[in-house]
Amino acid sequence: MAVRVQREEFDPGAELARFSAGKTSVGGICLFIGLVRDYMGADQASGSVVNAMTLEHYPGMTERQLEAIEAEAHARWPLDDTLVIHRYGRLEPGERIVLVAASSAHRDAAFEACRFLMDWLKTKAPFWKVEHTPDGDAWVDAKESDEAAASRWNQGTP
Amino acid sequence: MKVLYFAWLKAKTGLGEEDVTPPDGVATVGQLVDFLKTRSPGHAAAFEVMSTVRVAVNQDYGGLDTPVKTGDEVAFFPPVTGG
Repeated sequence: MAVRVQREEFDPGAELARFSAGKTSVGGICLFIGLVRDYMGADQASGSVVNAMTLEHYPGMTERQLEAIEAEAHARWPLDDTLVIHRYGRLEPGERIVLVAASSAHRDAAFEACRFLMDWLKTKAPFWKVEHTPDGDAWVDAKESDEAAASRWNQGTP
Repeated sequence: MKVLYFAWLKAKTGLGEEDVTPPDGVATVGQLVDFLKTRSPGHAAAFEVMSTVRVAVNQDYGGLDTPVKTGDEVAFFPPVTGG
C-alpha cells in the first residue's frame, strides 16, 4: 500500500515495473491513469475549451483520506498491493493527473478495486480543480455522476 | 483555533487560513460558522449557501453538529473534484 501526492510528473512504465517487481503470487495488475482533457462538458463538440487546470489540495488531510480509501479497498477485496499517485498544481491538457493500481491473485479483485479506488477518490479526497479557459478561470463543480458512482459501492458487499 | 479555507472559499474570504478565538459558547461547527460570518463581508459570502460547503475537523469529515474546541484545525471547502 502506498500513496503519493506530488506536483511532479510520474512515469507509468517505471511505476508499473516497480509495482510488479517480485510479485510471484499475483495473477493480475489493474492500472488506471487519469488525464487532463482540453474541453469541459459532455463531449468535445458541444463542450468549451479548457487551456489548462490547476489542482489544489489539503496537505495532510489528502494523504490521510487516500490511505483510508486504500485501506477500505484492502478490507473489501483480497488484494496483494495498491498504489495511488495524485498530482497537484498546474496541469496542461494531455498531462497525467492520477494513477491507481491494484494487484491480486485473480483479476476480478484487481479490476473492481481499481474502479473503487477511483470512484471513492473522486468524492472523498480533498482535491479541487480550477479550469483555465479563454473566458477566465472557473472552479469545477462536483458531479452528481461521480456521487452516484461512489455510492453504488455502499449498496452491499460487491 | 486554526481555520483553513480552500478553493472558492479561499477566494471569497481572501484567506488561506486564520487563527481565531471564538467567543464562549461556540462548541460546534455550526456555531463556529455563525461566528466566522461576522468577521467580514467575504466570510458572510463564503458561508451564504451552506449546502455547497463541506467541513473537516482535524482532517476528518464532519458536519454542522461536529464539536469544535480550542486547538482544533477546522477546514471549509466545496465538494471535492479530484481525479
